[in-house]
Amino acid sequence: MSITVRIPAPLRRLSEGQPTVDLTGRNLSDCIDNLDSRFPGFKERLCDESGDLRRFVNIYVNGEDVRFLQGLATQLKDGDEVSIVPAVAGGDISS
Amino acid sequence: MILEPTELNVLTERELARYDRQIMMDRFGVEGQERLKKAKVFVAGAGGLGSPVSIYLSVAGVGKLRIVDRDTVELSNLNRQILHWEKDIGSTKASSAGDKLRQMNSNVEVETMVETITEDNISQLAEGYDLIVDAMDNFPTRYLLNKTAIEKRIPLFHGGIYGMSGIATTIIPGETPCLRCIFPEAPPPEKFPVVGVAPAIIGCIQATEVIKYIVGIGNLLTNRLLIFDGLNSEFREVKPSRATNCRDCAPIWC
Repeated sequence: MSITVRIPAPLRRLSEGQPTVDLTGRNLSDCIDNLDSRFPGFKERLCDESGDLRRFVNIYVNGEDVRFLQGLATQLKDGDEVSIVPAVAGGDISS
Repeated sequence: MILEPTELNVLTERELARYDRQIMMDRFGVEGQERLKKAKVFVAGAGGLGSPVSIYLSVAGVGKLRIVDRDTVELSNLNRQILHWEKDIGSTKASSAGDKLRQMNSNVEVETMVETITEDNISQLAEGYDLIVDAMDNFPTRYLLNKTAIEKRIPLFHGGIYGMSGIATTIIPGETPCLRCIFPEAPPPEKFPVVGVAPAIIGCIQATEVIKYIVGIGNLLTNRLLIFDGLNSEFREVKPSRATNCRDCAPIWC
């Protein structure tokens, strides 16, 4: 079983520059745990202190926003693609 | 959008010649050009995104552009904010932008304002404009633009960048998720890397969307979030969803 996780540019420092990471996981929560064990720091960037997804980070499974599926409990199957899409501010940074 | 040609936006011979190569596009035609001439576009920001957006809307022949930016040009802006040149360091971005855009196309009415966009002035700033381009640098202001677009029922063309990557989507109140549906909360502010090509590409996508919307051709980036990954030379899409409890746009869906 393999899930492809697409890592956005702002978080690639954590994945040693890799744009995609292949992982396993029965659901999104497992998948994030596995991502964090391989590349520590991911969970903190994606989830808040209570373990919920941060509200400025979107995660899509096969293009669908998980907040409108089952959130972290969204089931995953072989071949699924998980895209992490954080809000980015720019534009510009001068202000 | 109702933008029927009237005697006020009939094209001159010179304009017909100037825009000949776009008028010859299928389904664009003289009528499309007249629609552009009649359109009024509010561009929030004259920085990395605002530069290509306003340049391409100007040369395409949009009738009126209002560009609002509170900042002055700094040396470190010049790797990406192509409306501003070395001689403009210290000038306001608004005046620098207006100066260049008027030289590019004197047919376009360019109005520039040195203003901080706030909750108190945004409604007035966007009053009378057909659409808003989000070329901002921070989420609190982006949310103000989103709210205003919803209140006025006008489209918002969103773009954001990071490094050599970026995202874009076209928001039409009542037809698509709004910015708040897509990103319910602002990310923490941070200084981040940008190579000028990223806002160039995302800004041009925003300008493309605006032109298509005004002329009435093609398929918009509505209900689609486009992700550009420059390091991988890749474009992908995901599907944003409307939040039924969205505090900004839920009321208009009743």
